[in-house]
Amino acid sequence: MAEASLLQMQGIGKSYYGTPVLQDINLNIKPGEIHAIVGENGAGKSTLMNILFGMEVIHSTGGFDGEIIINGKKEKIDSPQRAMEIGIGMVHQEFMLLPNYSITENIKLNREVLKPNFLSRVFGQKIEHLNMGQMNTDSRKALDKLGIGIEEYVTVAGLPVGYMQFTEIAREIDKTNVKMIVFDEPTAVLAETEAEKLLESMKAIAEEGIAILFITHRLDEVISISDNITVLRDGKRVGTKKREETDVYELAELMVGRKIEKMVHGEQRELKNEIALKTENLVVHMPGEKVNGVNLEVRKGEFLGIGGLAGQGKVGIANGVMGLYPSRGQVWINGSPLSLNDPGESMRQGMAYVSEDRRGVGLLLDSSIELNIVINALHNQKKFLKKYGFFKFQDTKGIRDHALKMIKELDIRCTGPGQLVKRLSGGNQQKVCIARALTMEPEILFVSEPTRGIDVGAKRLVLETLVKLNEELGMTIVMTSSELGELRSVCDRIAIVSEGNISGVLPPDGSDVDFGLLMAGQQERRGA
Amino acid sequence: MLQNLAAKFMTNFGLARLIILGFFIFLCIMAVVFQLDIAELLTSSLARIGMWGVLVLAMLPAISSGIGPNFGVSLGILCGLVGALTALETAFRLGGVVELSGGVLFLLAIIISLPFAILTGIAYGWLLNRVKGSEMMIATYVGFSMVSIMKIAWLFLPYTSPEMAWPIGRGVRVQISLAGRGITRILNNFLSFNIGDVVVPTGLLLFFALMCFLVWLFMRSKTGIAMRAAGDNPRFSEAAGINVNRSRIIGTTFSTILGAIGILVYAQSYGFIQLYEGPMFMPFVAVAAVLIGGASVKKASITHVVVGTALFLGIQVVAIPVANAFTTDWASMGEISRKIIQNGVILYALTQAGGD
Repeated sequence: MAEASLLQMQGIGKSYYGTPVLQDINLNIKPGEIHAIVGENGAGKSTLMNILFGMEVIHSTGGFDGEIIINGKKEKIDSPQRAMEIGIGMVHQEFMLLPNYSITENIKLNREVLKPNFLSRVFGQKIEHLNMGQMNTDSRKALDKLGIGIEEYVTVAGLPVGYMQFTEIAREIDKTNVKMIVFDEPTAVLAETEAEKLLESMKAIAEEGIAILFITHRLDEVISISDNITVLRDGKRVGTKKREETDVYELAELMVGRKIEKMVHGEQRELKNEIALKTENLVVHMPGEKVNGVNLEVRKGEFLGIGGLAGQGKVGIANGVMGLYPSRGQVWINGSPLSLNDPGESMRQGMAYVSEDRRGVGLLLDSSIELNIVINALHNQKKFLKKYGFFKFQDTKGIRDHALKMIKELDIRCTGPGQLVKRLSGGNQQKVCIARALTMEPEILFVSEPTRGIDVGAKRLVLETLVKLNEELGMTIVMTSSELGELRSVCDRIAIVSEGNISGVLPPDGSDVDFGLLMAGQQERRGA
Repeated sequence: MLQNLAAKFMTNFGLARLIILGFFIFLCIMAVVFQLDIAELLTSSLARIGMWGVLVLAMLPAISSGIGPNFGVSLGILCGLVGALTALETAFRLGGVVELSGGVLFLLAIIISLPFAILTGIAYGWLLNRVKGSEMMIATYVGFSMVSIMKIAWLFLPYTSPEMAWPIGRGVRVQISLAGRGITRILNNFLSFNIGDVVVPTGLLLFFALMCFLVWLFMRSKTGIAMRAAGDNPRFSEAAGINVNRSRIIGTTFSTILGAIGILVYAQSYGFIQLYEGPMFMPFVAVAAVLIGGASVKKASITHVVVGTALFLGIQVVAIPVANAFTTDWASMGEISRKIIQNGVILYALTQAGGD
């Protein structure tokens, strides 16, 4: 080894409650190196960073395997404070800034330059004056290093996000002992020109001998500035490449590639050309999952997948069509326009939805299984009601019979239809959600993240149920999922969403490279 | 195994409830030890349960619809009082022309109070929709404020019947006796019978049961189911096409109506109408009772109402004579223990609110 490593992570492994999320990760970073870590959601990037920072969540769940060596010395990082002492800085994805403080104050927070005064000589350091002059000079220096022209005395509130990002970075490089800075998806919130500027300043920082660990899913950025690139997939390191030796396509393939288990319609099916659902310029204001003008067509009887990375807007589409988040644009159901922002109307038009937020939006946790199953149909389609005079009361027997039928069909493990839903396991709760959607006998079924947080066996059953509904009843299904493998195993077509838009639609047997590129927001394959 | 069962029982039943049940049993044993008149204690317990039952029941639609225990049920109580006074005034004005019987008077009071309760409930529900997350505190202060405003109103409202008006000056009295109108204990005495020396206030208990049945029925109607869902999970309910704000207004209004009816039941059994300060702290008794019965600030059932009313008011009835029997210096012990339990249980329920 020509140059001594700054950071070595050796044989890092971590499991949460017996489920391994990281296995045998080795990482080697030299001073001044820009090292990128890429991977899909759930590949283990954030767990790795949490380990490096000694986060509470790691240590409260039984620590981790392997060791961290810094400058040739084994270090035990058991708290974020310790990580900072060692010289590891972090630029957070969400800004950790106090909006009403000036840039200088934010940069210097808790590391203020102090100046003794008369009282402090008597009462000690706690009441020393701040040396604002020195602090401003330091901040200026840090900002200049980043090439940012903004005044250091401006308050942070109201600054464009780009400047907030730079303020965070300035805070890290102002720390005198900083040896390495972790950038966690730093360009996610930035406009293109800001992002370029940021990449420039990352290079400048690296030239000063500070190592940079760059976590991202934008592959072109990775290729443009990194020295080395490590790809994680499913908690394992699938490769570390030198920049010169790789390209975007190889990285995309490494990131996505996995065996695909085909569950259905072995061949491409012939679908009728009737359009069941069409959206034009659909904009959904869902925080964290914004949709910016999606055009989508779903054919009758189709099983359409919507994939993409978290935060890109894939779950926003279903939420918008179902009226759960404010949206505009146009949606047609079987050719007739749908009035948006009214969940009741969406359901009356023959759509049903299984939400990705099972415990938040998907279930009445404190109510019985049977009520959870029938309530949408009861409220919107007036099923399971008996009329006495002017009043409509629940048809207790009808509800019970139907719930028992659903419990049997979907194999919901419970003590009976009266059991409270909160006492069920995740997989069984998911089945209750599906049962509710089916009770409405929808023409179009939206399911979002149907297998998130449920065990393998239940996963399979849920997917098989969906396939059965699609094939036997001809139900049109739009499934949103972060797990590409899952989408590829059941869907007819898969639309990949990136930055609030559909970056492309692929057949399930499309190549890993194409999927990877679309997820990274690159429209098409160069030269293809 | 046994330990498991015990632990499960503890979490389901709750430590606070267990202590209160223990205290009640202790009081009952003491009553026997001191050779108090058990028949009389039972008689007055039954009367108290029926008297408070409907007011406690008023908590149910409020909790179910998601606004939490209705600390502002005093609004409903005030509507009931307006109904009662107006009914008495009507009887006075009609005096000599038609004599209204006690039963008619009671029904008249309910009918008059209903429109007031409905309008107040809608406005109050609208207000609570604006302060989601702090309904309980807002409700408490709305209750306090309205009681205070009505204190002024009692002085100016044009009630002239001599049994109500101050002999000198203007306004109505602090306490109005119902003795002369044949309305006193009209429910209590309906079909009343004795078991040994215990008097069973059949009509009163039947009326309470009837109210419970109506609430039960409502909870199973389409509107009631939507209301329960809105209370359980507002975000879910929006997604299910339920108008959550409307459901909450319905729950609040229903609670206010039950509050109005509740105070009329209370007054006929007590024999007096209490104005001014009277309704100020009544909501706390009702809230404490339903919580003791096993409700939480998020979930309640009719069983909780019945069990809670029996337990909390049972303690009230037994505690005072038992405390007196200990020593006459402790005469106020009964009242003090009631307050400790009442406020302690509310506090306990509030600390549990975030959990689960």
